[in-house]
Amino acid sequence: MAKDILVLGPAWPEVFLACAAMALLMLGVFRGESSARLVSWLSVGALAATALLLSGTTPERGLTFGGMFVIDSFAVFMKMLVLLGSALAIVMSLDFNEREKIARFEYPVLFLFATLGMMMMVSASDLISLYLGLELQSLSLYVVAAFRRDSIRSTEAGLKYFVLGALSSGLLLYGASLIYGFAGTTSFAGIARIMVDSAGDMPLGVVFGVVFIAAALAFKVSAAPFHMWTPDVYEGAPTPVTAFFSVAPKIAAVSLLVRVLVEPFGPLVGAWQQIVVALAVVSMLIGGFAAIYQTNIKRLMAYSSIGHIGYALVGLAAGDETGVRGVLVYMSIYLFMNVAAFGAILCMRQQGRMVERIDDLSGLAKNQPMVAAALAISMFSMAGIPPLAGFFGKLYVFLAAISAGLYALAVIGVLTSVVAAYYYLRIVKLMYFDDPVDVFDQPIGRPLGLVLAGTSLFTLLFFVYPAPLIFAAGLAAAALYAG
Amino acid sequence: MDSGLLREYLPILIFLALAIGLAGLMILASVIAARQRPDSEKLAAYECGFDAFDDARRKFDVRFYLVAILFIIFDLEVAFLFPWAASLSQIGLFGFWSMIVFLAVLTVGFVYEWKKGALEWE
Amino acid sequence: MIIQALAFYLFSTVLIAAAVMVISARNPVHSVLFLILAFFNAAGLFVLMGAEFLAMILVVVYVGAVAVLFLFVVMMLDIDFSALRQGFLRYAPIGGLVGIVLLVELMWMATVWAVAPGASEVGVARMPAAAQIPNTQALGLVLYTRYVYVFQAAGLVLLVAMIGAIVLTLRQREGVRRQDIARQISRPRERSVELVKMPPRAGV
Repeated sequence: MAKDILVLGPAWPEVFLACAAMALLMLGVFRGESSARLVSWLSVGALAATALLLSGTTPERGLTFGGMFVIDSFAVFMKMLVLLGSALAIVMSLDFNEREKIARFEYPVLFLFATLGMMMMVSASDLISLYLGLELQSLSLYVVAAFRRDSIRSTEAGLKYFVLGALSSGLLLYGASLIYGFAGTTSFAGIARIMVDSAGDMPLGVVFGVVFIAAALAFKVSAAPFHMWTPDVYEGAPTPVTAFFSVAPKIAAVSLLVRVLVEPFGPLVGAWQQIVVALAVVSMLIGGFAAIYQTNIKRLMAYSSIGHIGYALVGLAAGDETGVRGVLVYMSIYLFMNVAAFGAILCMRQQGRMVERIDDLSGLAKNQPMVAAALAISMFSMAGIPPLAGFFGKLYVFLAAISAGLYALAVIGVLTSVVAAYYYLRIVKLMYFDDPVDVFDQPIGRPLGLVLAGTSLFTLLFFVYPAPLIFAAGLAAAALYAG
Repeated sequence: MDSGLLREYLPILIFLALAIGLAGLMILASVIAARQRPDSEKLAAYECGFDAFDDARRKFDVRFYLVAILFIIFDLEVAFLFPWAASLSQIGLFGFWSMIVFLAVLTVGFVYEWKKGALEWE
Repeated sequence: MIIQALAFYLFSTVLIAAAVMVISARNPVHSVLFLILAFFNAAGLFVLMGAEFLAMILVVVYVGAVAVLFLFVVMMLDIDFSALRQGFLRYAPIGGLVGIVLLVELMWMATVWAVAPGASEVGVARMPAAAQIPNTQALGLVLYTRYVYVFQAAGLVLLVAMIGAIVLTLRQREGVRRQDIARQISRPRERSVELVKMPPRAGV
């Protein structure tokens, strides 16, 4: 018995990351507070090594730990995105934390634990391992949201995130218990078998269970109408943490949502498709209209991310392989353009203080043309203007929706992206056509500069050679439907 | 199974019923038998004859909270040890080492908090 | 049998009453005390279901530790609780609506509930009958072997909780003299004692 449970093979990257995080914790505590920078770089190294280990795992579908942990191309693809997002966020935090005097070695260590939790989420193939991965991730995130503990807004962000996150975990557990009560098992494979067997007369309790689980996960991806925590948390958390929140946990939660809906509840596609369509429509509307009135750039990004989740869910609503491929492409591109935007936001600093008003950006192009160009690329891309990367993301999800016959959804998506384009382009207009008010502090720091340049170049030049990403996403989506 | 459960817990149930009954009886008896002269002064806070200086609820140092949290964490760790101890003879070496790894993870946390000085009261 | 039914109704009535009191008591300390009462009754319900280990853990961990923590927090919040209740009436309709929706869903589900025909073959068959084996041992048989992955994950969650608590609350205080026992006992004789040869009757 022990032999078939303890096959570590597929889970080596996770085991390595857990050991690395603990080793770095020990290193930090023995070297003292001054080791923050060292631990940060080593954390980035650990994430890179994990990615290397991950690329070495076999691409065939494999289960381990008694069926609680699954590895397939889908998981590898999503984990790579998560690792990349975390590493970029740690690099972006380096100078920020030192300037804000919150550079402590626990920060990157908590990022590593959060990343570990996300990888466990992506690989979950059992309701119990799903929950524990989610909790490991969320607990680390609550702490980093409140990391600037002397600031009232940061503490408030951490507390709000914690209370609402606990509520959504409660919903998830409630739904999971309903499913378990019906199916008598928590493993995804077992649930799928039961669902197929009793597809004819599905009791209402199961549908409730699926709805609760979907609602809890919608909370985690901040899809409207479960988005109310997002603007406050994004505004209050330290900016690099916000950048992290808007990419890595979202990618992990989206992949969890996709896997849960497709694998165990695949036979119930008729039931959950309506939920996903509703979530997508409301998210796109909220993301499009609520962002218009924002004056704080971080709040604006929060609403923008709600909108983007709406577009990604359009792909999931299609409920087939093309749709999932669209989701994967969308999330990967979203990662790059969002990191680029937050990189630019991290440059918004006057006389050593962070500024966050959108109006502070006016005339940026005259003072810092490079940062303005990066932000403009990111904004154009988010608005979905061809030939930037964001256009391709939207293209693939809308194509999937149309081929699945969801014409209304695709039309709403296109209309809301026109609305959203208004506030993205307003930022570009502010930067290029308005008079400068105050100059931002000049040297933005080499790590941040590199991240900004790299992600903007990806966003700008994606159209030259999009094939590898599309191909990998296609493989990953196929793996999900094959299993 | 039902009767077994009942047999095991019947003494506790009887004890519980007796305790609640007796406590109720005493309160009831004092209400019936004793003279009642309610007076608002009898309920007032008493502080060595002075009027109360301030509210009894005051800010605790956050360190109390930290100690309580750390206590809960180790309490949970110990809770995991009970089933382990009860079944160790049947789960073999795998079960043994699985608990050792778990303890090692929490020992890392313990070393961390020791070195950080979270256990010192100053 | 009838005693069991009686005990069930007693425990669940007190549990619900205590839960109502938790949210309606004026004094937050009373709320915490009612919460403890609720925990005890939930433990009683667990015992009735034959889950003795969970019952005891509920008492040890929740009553013994979590409730104490809640008391600390309630005491630490030096705020005006009547001010906190200002918005209560304003938000009560929405909160009540959500509560009623959840309640209706639960009731509804209880009436239409069904277990899948194949459910007993996929999972439950693995569980030994409660009469054969005490349930602490039954838990131990699967927790550390079959569920080793989630067991270790739980360990990591606890570790993160520990780090989080320290990161958010621990402050290094300035100007505190600490006792460093290692330094005290490793002090060499030469650094503490000096022998001075004094000539007799010379004065100092």
